[in-house]
Amino acid sequence: MAKLTRKQKRLVIIGGLAVVVAIAAGFILTALRDQIIYFYSPTELLERDIAAGQPVRIGGLVKDGSCARTAEALSFVVTDGANETKVAYNGITPDLFREGQGVIAEGSLNAGGEFEATTILAKHDENYMPKEVADALREQGEWYGEGEQPAAPPAAENACR
Amino acid sequence: MTSETKSPGFFSRLAHPGQFLVWSRYLVWPLAGLTVILFAIGLYLALVASPADYQMGETVRIMYMHVPNAWLSMMCYGVMAVAAFGTLVWRHPLADVAAKSAAPLGAIFTAIALLTGIVWGIPTWGTGWVWDGRLTSMLLHFLIYLGIIAMWFTFEDQHRAGRIIAVFTLIGVVNLVVIHYSVEWWSTLHQPASVFTAEGPKMPLELLTPLFVNLFAFSFLFATLQVVSMRTEIMRRRVAAMQRQAAMNRGAAPSPEPAR
Repeated sequence: MAKLTRKQKRLVIIGGLAVVVAIAAGFILTALRDQIIYFYSPTELLERDIAAGQPVRIGGLVKDGSCARTAEALSFVVTDGANETKVAYNGITPDLFREGQGVIAEGSLNAGGEFEATTILAKHDENYMPKEVADALREQGEWYGEGEQPAAPPAAENACR
Repeated sequence: MTSETKSPGFFSRLAHPGQFLVWSRYLVWPLAGLTVILFAIGLYLALVASPADYQMGETVRIMYMHVPNAWLSMMCYGVMAVAAFGTLVWRHPLADVAAKSAAPLGAIFTAIALLTGIVWGIPTWGTGWVWDGRLTSMLLHFLIYLGIIAMWFTFEDQHRAGRIIAVFTLIGVVNLVVIHYSVEWWSTLHQPASVFTAEGPKMPLELLTPLFVNLFAFSFLFATLQVVSMRTEIMRRRVAAMQRQAAMNRGAAPSPEPAR
């Protein structure tokens, strides 16, 4: 092996350290994946066979047209495209909460397989648009909201509020 | 803060703290002036000339503070990591100084990113804090900064401190990667990236322009404060060295003065 200068030796040591740390971090993060994940999609909820009463968070989109509000409770369906979970909630929803919007519900499944939420959080997506542009698009009937689906008419949207 | 050039003589000259004090003097005021101009434009664009968002409304303006500070909290750490490399491999005399100066700046950028995130989260998400991958890794990022700052104060011998902290800083780079990919690896409440995505920015130009002007403003603020802070640190070390020298000349025991 060729003789290394002191600088090169230090570089090799740092490179070796970097590889070890990266591998260790990779193992730790892979092992902790289930703990770090913040919410389950309806599909994951089914796959994992979560027991009734066990506190979990679920997340997905509020299914269009699924919102129903009675005097004491709000119910809606969370979907990830493949599977759905029915959610019941009694409380204040965030401003962004509406049909087609990303949502995270904290709570647990009841015996009937329905999700009883104690907290509702709205998930903001990565898309931004000036209000005027959105209003103009809505007026022209070309409005496509989150999830690339035509938004429900305003009256139906308000059912969530 | 130095760039690789063909002539090693030039590189060595820049490396000399005394030379740095000479040429960086002419850097401070232009940098400060640019910062002020960029902030004036940036604040006008962010608060007056940019539109409200279609779902967040006026709350979107918090983004013009939040995103630049979050980016800079990462960039600051990047500067520290490069400096740590310079300390460990080349024993670069300015590397220590650069690393020490950047730490409090990075901590403040991180704190602002966290606080503006809370302020934005309360009306948007319905909560100010959750322990999801992004928020937790960002809080860890802040704690790493605090740890590094504390270590600079703990060791009396600043050269020894520089090497130990350099190792710690390089290990902490792992968290930088975790922060960046947290929103892709794990389902989080925090949204994924909007600006640097594979499909291009998911933000129209009316919102992107103020964001970038503010990013430049905060970047120049960082550059200004970093240069001033490095100059202060070099002078502080000189004073400490002079005090040691004076004590020795007086015939007193050469007690190692903490050069903070």
